[in-house]
Parts: sequence; structure tokens; C-alpha cells
Amino acid sequence: MKEEQDYIQDIAEIRSMMERSTKFLSLSGWAGVMAGIYALAGAWIAYHFYSFNPNKIVYTSPDLSRVIFLAVLVLILAIGTAVFLSWKKAHKRGEKIWNATSRRLLINMTIPLLAGGFLIFILLAKGFVGLLAPLTLLFYGLAVYNASNFTYGEMKFLGLIQIGLGLISSYFIVYGLLLWALGFGVVHIFYGTYMHFKYDGE
Amino acid sequence: MKISIDDLHKAFESRVRLGIMSALAVNDSLDFTSLREYLDVTDGNLATHLKKLEKEKFIRVDKSFINNKPNTSYSMTPEGKKAFEEHLNVLEQIINSQKSE
Repeated sequence: MKEEQDYIQDIAEIRSMMERSTKFLSLSGWAGVMAGIYALAGAWIAYHFYSFNPNKIVYTSPDLSRVIFLAVLVLILAIGTAVFLSWKKAHKRGEKIWNATSRRLLINMTIPLLAGGFLIFILLAKGFVGLLAPLTLLFYGLAVYNASNFTYGEMKFLGLIQIGLGLISSYFIVYGLLLWALGFGVVHIFYGTYMHFKYDGE
Repeated sequence: MKISIDDLHKAFESRVRLGIMSALAVNDSLDFTSLREYLDVTDGNLATHLKKLEKEKFIRVDKSFINNKPNTSYSMTPEGKKAFEEHLNVLEQIINSQKSE
């Protein structure tokens, strides 16, 4: 005969299974903080060493290829750190990092990112360098918003903030790099810290 | 209305079967491997519980081939959904009635 405690436990298990089978909860807050630091460093190097600061949509810079290399490097570091820290957190939670939920999260994030990535490369090739910052913010925001259904719900707001910053910077191109540093750098650091204290203790 | 323990469906007595139904309630369909990962049970154990749910017509089994490998996916039938929802209602009422006593 089951006791009341057993039924409460049943309900707890049902809720946990529903959550576990739809949401990937091994994302680490630290990954956000680190991504923010890489982004700030990248923006500073681009501005300081390569004098890269587009003031209009069609913009040329002698160091453009270096700036692109730098941007790709920042992206790889951020993704690498996120994967490593998620793997560590999943391991601690006794979860596999590569499961049906993480695959769904990844697909939903990758499609907007790839679409944006190709568009940005096409526009760069045509000289619309000033759109680099607004469009990376915009498509990253869309990807995060889309992915938020498959991980912590708070990611939705992170996505909306980045979309907003992307749109603002597409109007004020001259502040593009600054808003990029704000979105990818400062917002990530704040968000990562918040998520770390809210969830990483689990 | 008097709620009794007898209203709870026998098929949901096992935690594994309850877990399978919970996962299928929020996913359109799941394959065998995904279910095994979520539930953390052995192949044989999972297969037995899935068979029982299939017999009750609570889940639907679809066999197909992906890259020449057999793939079995499971989804909830309308009957399964109804039974699971009723089970949740009864659980809730049992807990509520015991709280108010």
C-alpha cells in the first residue's frame, strides 16, 4: 500500500521527467561570464590595435581580415568554453551532454546562427562592414530566443535584449562596436553571473 | 465525490512506466535510446515496461530504419493521454484530501 509520501514523490518524479526530457539544464553560468570576457577583449583589440570602428554601413579597414579572424577566434573560444563547462556540469548532475534534449537545443540554436552567419559573410564580401555588429547581435538574439524553449526560460530575455541592441545598432551604426561590446560583453557577464548564482549551485 | 486509491490505474504503479508516460506527455515521440537515457534503466527493464504500456494501448510503437539501422519510436495514444491525465487528477485529489484532514 502506498503512503501519501509516495504519491507526493510520484508527482515530483513526473514533474522532473517532464522537465528533463524537454529542457537541457546543464548550461553553466560561468560560460556566459567567460563569453562576455572574450567578447570585451576582442572588441578592445579590434578598436585599439586595428582601429576598427565602423561609422557607416559601407566601411573599409586595412585590417578587416584580422578583425574577422579575431571575431571567429572569440566565437570558437566562447563555444569551446560553453561546451566544456556544460560537459562538466552534466557530468556532475549524472546527465549525458549529448542526449535528445541537447540535440534539440543545438539544432534550434544553429539554424538561425548559420543563416545569419552566411548573410553576414555575403554582406562583408560586398563591403557592408558596418552591418557586422548589428547583424551578429540580431541573429544571436534570435538564436537564443529560439533556443530558450529547450533550456532555462530566462534565456528568452537574453535573446530579446540582444535583438533590441542589434536593431538599435543598425540605426546608430557609429555606436555599433560599442553596442556589440555591451551586448556580447557586459550583458553576458551580468547574465552569466545571475544564472550562476541562481542555478549552478544545484 | 469520493476518491479512492482504487481509481489509480494499475498501469502507472511502476515508477518506470510513470516516467515513460511523463516523458511522452511532453514530447511528440521519443526513441528507445532517449527513453533509456532519461530513465536510467537497463534495456530489458525498459522493454518490459514499454510492452506493458503498449498492451494497454497507452503508447504507439513505430518501427523504421534510419541509415539502415532499426529505430523504434514511441508516442502517446489519445487513450494513453486520457488515462495519464486522469491518473494525475486522482493523485492530486488524494494529496489534497489528505492535507485537509
